[in-house]
Amino acid sequence: MLILECPYCGVKAEETELQAGGQAHVTRETVGSDDDAFEQYLFTRANPRGVHLERWRHANGCGKWFHAARSTTTLEVYGTYSAQTTEPPKVILDAITAKHPNWRYEDWLGTS
Amino acid sequence: MLNKSKQVTFQFNGKTLKGFEGDTLASALLANDQMLMGRSFKYHRPRGVVASGAEEPNGLVNLGQGGQFEPNARVTTTELFEGLTAESQNHWPSLEFDVGVLNNYASRMMPAGFYYKTFMAPAPAWKHVFEPLIRRAAGLGKAPKERDADRYEHFYAFVDVLITGGGIAGLQAAKSAGEAGLKVLLVEQTAHWGGRAPVDGVQIDGIPAEDWITNTLQALEGMDNVSIRARTMGAGIYDHGYALAYERLTDHAPTQDLPRHRLWRIRAGQIITATGAIERPLAFAGNDIPGVMLASAVRDYATNFGVSAGDRTVVVTNNDDAYRTAITVKQAGLDVPVILDARPQGGGALADEARALGIRVETGKAIAKVKGSKRVTAVEICDHAGEGSTLETIECDAVAMSGGWSPVVHLWSHCGGKLVWDDAQAHFRPDHERPPLGADGTGFVSVVGTADGELSTGACLSNAVKRTNEVITKLGSLPKRTAAPNATDDAMAPLMPVWKMPQGAGYKLRSKMWLDYQNDVKVSDVQLAAQEGYESVEHAKRYTTIGMATDQGKLSNINGLAILADSLNSPIPAVGTTTFRPPYTPISMGSIGGEASGELFQPINKTPLHAWGEDNGAEWEPVGHWRRAYCYLRGDESVEQAVHREVLAVRNSLGLLDASTLGKIIVKGPDAGKFLDMMYTNMMSNLKPGKCRYGLMCTENGFLTDDGVVARIDDDTWLCHTTTGGASRIHGHMEEWLQTEWWDWKVYTVNATEQYGQIAVVGPNARKVLEKLGGMDVSKDALGFMEWKEGKIGEFDARVFRISFSGELSYEIAVPASQTRAFWDALHEAGAEFDATAYGTEALHILRAEKGFIMIGDETDGTIIPQDLGLNWALSKKKDDYLGKRAQQRIHMTDPNRWQLVGLETTDGSTLPDGAYAVAEGENANGQRNTQGRVTSTYHSPTLNKGIAMGLILNGPARMGELVEFPMLDGTSKHAKIVSPVFYDAEGEKQNV
Repeated sequence: MLILECPYCGVKAEETELQAGGQAHVTRETVGSDDDAFEQYLFTRANPRGVHLERWRHANGCGKWFHAARSTTTLEVYGTYSAQTTEPPKVILDAITAKHPNWRYEDWLGTS
Repeated sequence: MLNKSKQVTFQFNGKTLKGFEGDTLASALLANDQMLMGRSFKYHRPRGVVASGAEEPNGLVNLGQGGQFEPNARVTTTELFEGLTAESQNHWPSLEFDVGVLNNYASRMMPAGFYYKTFMAPAPAWKHVFEPLIRRAAGLGKAPKERDADRYEHFYAFVDVLITGGGIAGLQAAKSAGEAGLKVLLVEQTAHWGGRAPVDGVQIDGIPAEDWITNTLQALEGMDNVSIRARTMGAGIYDHGYALAYERLTDHAPTQDLPRHRLWRIRAGQIITATGAIERPLAFAGNDIPGVMLASAVRDYATNFGVSAGDRTVVVTNNDDAYRTAITVKQAGLDVPVILDARPQGGGALADEARALGIRVETGKAIAKVKGSKRVTAVEICDHAGEGSTLETIECDAVAMSGGWSPVVHLWSHCGGKLVWDDAQAHFRPDHERPPLGADGTGFVSVVGTADGELSTGACLSNAVKRTNEVITKLGSLPKRTAAPNATDDAMAPLMPVWKMPQGAGYKLRSKMWLDYQNDVKVSDVQLAAQEGYESVEHAKRYTTIGMATDQGKLSNINGLAILADSLNSPIPAVGTTTFRPPYTPISMGSIGGEASGELFQPINKTPLHAWGEDNGAEWEPVGHWRRAYCYLRGDESVEQAVHREVLAVRNSLGLLDASTLGKIIVKGPDAGKFLDMMYTNMMSNLKPGKCRYGLMCTENGFLTDDGVVARIDDDTWLCHTTTGGASRIHGHMEEWLQTEWWDWKVYTVNATEQYGQIAVVGPNARKVLEKLGGMDVSKDALGFMEWKEGKIGEFDARVFRISFSGELSYEIAVPASQTRAFWDALHEAGAEFDATAYGTEALHILRAEKGFIMIGDETDGTIIPQDLGLNWALSKKKDDYLGKRAQQRIHMTDPNRWQLVGLETTDGSTLPDGAYAVAEGENANGQRNTQGRVTSTYHSPTLNKGIAMGLILNGPARMGELVEFPMLDGTSKHAKIVSPVFYDAEGEKQNV
């Protein structure tokens, strides 16, 4: 069971307090989007082996959504950050690349 | 361990037997010469105890009676107590004579993969021939029949260091960590501390191991920062330092008034596993005959319990440790006819000691075959290097075997710790370069002592000190000790790997060499799996079922994969191990549930009127976490009669409904209107204060997820009603979009569901009863249909909504939760002259179905869009966007062949079954009738006195008056006419008065 620190209330929350929300930084497609783009948005998600950026909600706590950067293989957590951003902040990117020098946010975005 | 001054009486298969306090069920049965303890799973072979601990595969019994009954209890880990009752398993009609043993002679016909291959037979053969036969023949314990009479609990613990295993390494680790000031929890699965050290008779720091253990325990008990728990097994290690431990509080003393088991949910900074090692059996023909045991187990029973496995014990080994057993047995005054050492060079100092005691030692020799059926009678000796020609037959009644020791690496592996193959000791041990990783990307589990592959006492203790010091340093503390206790060890000669015995055994011998005793997997089965292409160890495991029994292959796995590696001509590490999964040994379902059973299983939401329902015949039904009254029974009437009475009361006079469970979410802020326009398919921003509007909510993929009436409270406040049970989900849905997509919009949401009680006052006399109570003007002009007003009804603070889910004149009145019961009573009192009738959810459903109103969860199932239900009027054309709008433009959603909502009326007035399908011409690819629709809601309408239904039908709205056929389960059919879903008051005259 993971422990993720909620960036809003500061609680080191255990997985039972959290609700998983899948991949982070998905851009909403809507009326006006073509079928392919909309299908991608609705159904296709990245499932990387390694570094992943995810949405979590501190559901049985402060109720806030936040983002977590972690490894899906080692479960290492590189940091948690606000959900109210369209891309990860530099401190998170630095924490990831300190361990995975070749990792690029742009490449990760391209995996979905 | 044994208290010979205290005798204990127990029962086995109806026989009354005696043992001593401190016995395990296994040692007590052996002491009563009950070597035969069960039958194997597949062939029903006679089975005796093999081991003395958690690894035991054979000694499984049905334990206890009634509410305390438990199947598959392991005799080696069951402590004896006065009045214990046990029955052996998997035999019929008796343990001594078993009909299923015929399977044994058929074993050539029933090799590995038998079950899989049988699946390939024609399906009817499987269903009618094989499955009933196999189901009767296979299986272990019986399922309990009564409710579990015991209670269980969860404990939460947060420590710096969790240490699992209370042998000398675990004790030393706890001492080191405790002295460094860390918060330590040390758990040991058995009732005893010190592990095997006392049995092996070693000296530590110049004193016998027992004394060192006593001293160390005393030191630990004196440390406030150290907790120690016996009878507590480290069950599993999970992500980020989470661990489960399983404490058996009263299994050994069931009369104590305590929870039976306790599940410890532990978060540890670092975890040290000191789980020791398990001895491996040797694979020789007949190694499953009762009386063949692990050498360590023979020694345990002799030393700890004063029980001999037999009078004449042959020892067979590939290492020095088994000589200890020969010496122990001999010194107990029993006969050891021969020690068969497969190594050509034989053993070291212990071998010399055995010879000095006069024991015959044969090197380079092996067992060709064990003779006997329900008990060992003799062994045939052969050259280990040969093919098994008998050189000599030696009579004996027990065989003590040792194939070397495998570290217990389970806990290390649970969360991803990797293993290395140790060639010299022929076992896997932890690879400290690749530990399980924690949140910071570094290891959080360490393994010490024998579990780390250190098989001698001295090395085991210095390993414990060294590794524990690393853990202490990692946690930022200072180790207080660097020197390990001194221990004396006998110099050991190297082990020689022996995976089958003799080396060149032919098929006939190999097909009698058992690897997995419980599941009946033999050397020949694993070889067959390899031959048939099951090369992956995980595939071979599932094909042969090796390691899949309740012992999870603690004895069989390494031997099995060595055989597999040999068959594939691969080195053992290249074949690898199967995955180790928690728990280490099975833990009770009760402990997993903890306190959450019976009334504590789930919290129940109760409305302010729940107590009234209890007193007035409510038939409760669960709706989400709520309990709602399905109907209120009066006198002797049936549920159906009550429901029909309630419906007619509403239609004819006055009904009262507890609608408190409806979700009430307040949405407020400058951007609230804009936000609700996104959440609902309708326009909500242009709703005028004082007005109500029915709204639909869809998910982003277009499907209906909720509906309800929205009321605009003031310029920037809306009140959104959700379905019962939908409040939390919809509130979460709103918050998700607000927090993660439109976080710059100024909107707040509050779930106020439980702040208010809500009562629907419904029926032709609804207005009269409110006027009688007095207060606000509720006339048509003052409060029109789909309007709301705040004020007083009688003495109550009320928000009154003129909305109707029944088609009748209807007021839904919200009052503070604290006033709800008094308001309800006042309505009943004032309504007495109108025969005010409380009605439940079933009457509510019938009333809405008579009006053709949809119900989320009946007409919708997660694949239904508003367009399917004729709700296009609720889809705003003025809005550019709302959740689900784009999805509803997808090709499948605009398909004209989507089934659409209609009413259905049977030709004979009967009621259609729920979920029934309407058939169309022709058949599909599976030979089933094609379908053209299905029933979504169906009731007998007491108002119309006939069956009414709603359903989704292909092109339904264009086919009014047509008949469709619904086949019934009994082969007959019902025919129904497609009609409008509005069966009652189609013009809506009754609600708008």
